[in-house]
Amino acid sequence: MVFEVAAAQIKPNKASYDKNLARVGTLFGELHLGSPRPNVIALPETALTGYFLEGGVRDVARSAQTVFEDLLSVYRANVPKDADVDVVVGFYELADGRYFNSAMYATLSGVASIVEPRICHVHHKYFLPTYGVFDEKRFVSRGRTIDAFDTRFGRSAMLVCEDVWHSVAPTIAALKGAQVIYVLSASPGREFTGDEVGNLSRWKRLLPNVADEHGVFVVYSGLVGFEGGKGFTGSSCVVDPWGVVRVEAPVTDECAVQAEIDLDDVAIARAASPMLADLEASLPDIVLELERVSRGPCRS
Amino acid sequence: MWTVYRAPRTSSCSSASLAINAPLAIDWLVEFLRDELIRRRGFTRAVVGISGGVDSSLTAYLCAKALGPENVFGIRMPYRTSSPDSLRHAQMVVDDLGIHCDTVDISDAVDGYLANEPDADGRRRGNVMARTRMIVLFDQSEKRNALPIGTGNKTERLFGYFTWHADDSPPLNPLGDLFKTQVWALSREIGVPDEIVDKPASADLVVGQTDEGDFGITYERADRILYYLLRGYGRERLLRIGFPADEVGLVTKRVAGTHWKRHLPTSAMLSSTSINDFYLRPVDY
Repeated sequence: MVFEVAAAQIKPNKASYDKNLARVGTLFGELHLGSPRPNVIALPETALTGYFLEGGVRDVARSAQTVFEDLLSVYRANVPKDADVDVVVGFYELADGRYFNSAMYATLSGVASIVEPRICHVHHKYFLPTYGVFDEKRFVSRGRTIDAFDTRFGRSAMLVCEDVWHSVAPTIAALKGAQVIYVLSASPGREFTGDEVGNLSRWKRLLPNVADEHGVFVVYSGLVGFEGGKGFTGSSCVVDPWGVVRVEAPVTDECAVQAEIDLDDVAIARAASPMLADLEASLPDIVLELERVSRGPCRS
Repeated sequence: MWTVYRAPRTSSCSSASLAINAPLAIDWLVEFLRDELIRRRGFTRAVVGISGGVDSSLTAYLCAKALGPENVFGIRMPYRTSSPDSLRHAQMVVDDLGIHCDTVDISDAVDGYLANEPDADGRRRGNVMARTRMIVLFDQSEKRNALPIGTGNKTERLFGYFTWHADDSPPLNPLGDLFKTQVWALSREIGVPDEIVDKPASADLVVGQTDEGDFGITYERADRILYYLLRGYGRERLLRIGFPADEVGLVTKRVAGTHWKRHLPTSAMLSSTSINDFYLRPVDY
């Protein structure tokens, strides 16, 4: 299967869900006019509200169904009636009486399209950074699962920001069959000693490593703009299953990057470097080790 | 015979800890000013109090780069005892950048108040001058529909070397996370005249005063200690990597004694909706 994926990086208006939704609608319209037209559009973590909201999370959080219906509405307002696209978007979610930092994968389509609009999957951010400038555990609940799910464009998974800083999260996603991992982030820039911003260097090590180790495509969408002096480092990109960055966005600009994904590459890359198969073969032993660790600190 | 390549030990003599990619940091701060001032707050103009020192000079250069010189207003606010060099250096910045400039002499305002306080010592007089300058800066900003920009650096913030709710009060501050030595690096990179970068830093509140004289330690040495201190190095480790005990003590005492200056006033909490304790909304919400 071959399809086009776009990763867009935007500067949200702080806590202005409706304004951001309207801007996303405009983005849908513009990307629809592109050639080739993207089949999947990925938007960053908390793209509809901005990231640092503190107690404001409770003001702006929406149910996944509401966000889906709103996205469908602005999509239909900005593209022809027979159009369709899949979208990945980060938002603050109200679900089951709790707040989450979530990512949703949904199919959107016009009223004359034969494609059925639907929510494919919602991922609740699993690892909530609560250190230094981050305070997520104070304002949202953590997710309990990391899942892969089937889409029109291959089996996929979504991870949000710190999820990927723990190698176990993309590992679980790959073991569950993901061939494309969408990573949404809001990563504030810090440390200006090297050739590029410090946190960005880390992302540039992490994402190719994830792709290369598991033989998956990684589509990364990063927030941009400043919030209270903290600037996000964009740099959205698409990485192929050999860990090669196919396209990368600038650090601070609002823009989108786009690349073709040929899912045949997943099998080719995994055949050449069968790390995932080796992991699967060793899994029973690894599970035993993890069970031992989970019982308490191990000292030999 | 095996050859062993050993990693260098952390040393108090190394300036690597304070290394900064100046062009990258400048681009970042320019984006910061554009984003926070224009997009978040809806302003297009900035007012900078230009003292003739390196901090306010760098701030003016960053603002001119971010907003265009036609949108930057430099305000010189001399007191009658201010050094003539300060005025001259401020003018060098104005001329080099082509920004607007006004001079507001604060002597009458300061002396008018202090006429009834003949016993005020240098510290009180300095505070009155700093707060008077902020009255001017905010009013001149209001007059021009502009935002006042702060100029305080990380070293003086950590040392509490500023007048509370005066120098620290402008709503945006591009230099607040830069040590003084890093301010020098960025200033050289962006083109602040050498005469300004190389002169001894001074608050210029008292004739002949210098920052380093007030501190009892140079910025170069203080910044290295601060760098490790803020990263969590304890006293013993700082001594082990070569910092003198008296300098570690001096810096630690300065930081420990001024935490209050880096916070808003303390309000008594009575409810479970106490502002900034329970009711939490970010500054740009």
